[in-house]
Amino acid sequence: MSTHSLHVASDGNRGHGRRSYWTGCALAVILTVIPFWLVMARPLHDPGWTAAIIFALALVQIVVHVVSFLHLDTQSEEGWTLLAFLFTAVIVILTIGGSVWVMYHLNTNMMPMP
Amino acid sequence: MTDRALNTQESAITWHHLDQEDHDHGGGATILGFWIYLMSDALIFASLFAMFGVVSTSYAGGPVPRQIFDIPLVALNTALLLASSITFGQAIPHMEAGRLSSTRRWLAVTGLLGAAFVGVELYEFAHLIAEGAGPQRSAFLSAFFTLVGTHGAHVTVGLIWIAVMLVQIGQNGLNGEIKRRIVCLSMFWHFLDIIWIGVFNFVYLYGVIR
Repeated sequence: MSTHSLHVASDGNRGHGRRSYWTGCALAVILTVIPFWLVMARPLHDPGWTAAIIFALALVQIVVHVVSFLHLDTQSEEGWTLLAFLFTAVIVILTIGGSVWVMYHLNTNMMPMP
Repeated sequence: MTDRALNTQESAITWHHLDQEDHDHGGGATILGFWIYLMSDALIFASLFAMFGVVSTSYAGGPVPRQIFDIPLVALNTALLLASSITFGQAIPHMEAGRLSSTRRWLAVTGLLGAAFVGVELYEFAHLIAEGAGPQRSAFLSAFFTLVGTHGAHVTVGLIWIAVMLVQIGQNGLNGEIKRRIVCLSMFWHFLDIIWIGVFNFVYLYGVIR
């Protein structure tokens, strides 16, 4: 069959699909609790490091959710879902990163500093 | 005679095709199409995140995140949405095995958790507006309400979709079409949880430490 749905493809080996789901659940909970703990308890005094760790964990958690819950892999739909996802990821990074970068420098160069 | 034979053959082909679709939850084309929709929705959220990122410190002399964000409330909301994502994952194997009542039960639990999420968010918004931190107070708050409100509107649409599916399961049982719709709904729901990862980390948590 050339047109596997996402779930059919990943549940071809059903035991594997469920294991990936439970691993995803455990990782999702851990990756959610750590950033809240870092901000609410403030074990690190440097906000820069706290922010860096939070951002890194958020990116990891997004990948975990996409793999475990949305069942993204290299095989489903002959790779078209992965291709669409990677294209979207590039545009998302360009849009957010580019906007913040450009506007930060515009602010710095154009406006009187407080 | 030949006509008849042809017709029979055609209907046999159609039947075979439908049968195969049933196993695939309605074929890959719908799933791939829905995936493309989710990716385009991700681009909408990307532009909203970009806008928020650009104006996130434009307070216009108004309140700053540290003063108005209630992090324990956000933690509750995050837990509700993550739990609803996990309970939806519980419904899928029941649906694939054709177990009607278990599927409905897990879908209903997911819907209740989602409704609680929207309820908490509406409470938070009402509280902020009552405090004078409404969307018209500053660019930061406009962007905040637009981004978080758009996500909340998506979750509300998801709730309506869950309600419709519960009714349709009750009316038609778990046929191929219904299964296909539930698979699309599950992708939609997990997608909204992924967007929320960005919201709680970049908007709320980063907001209160910067």
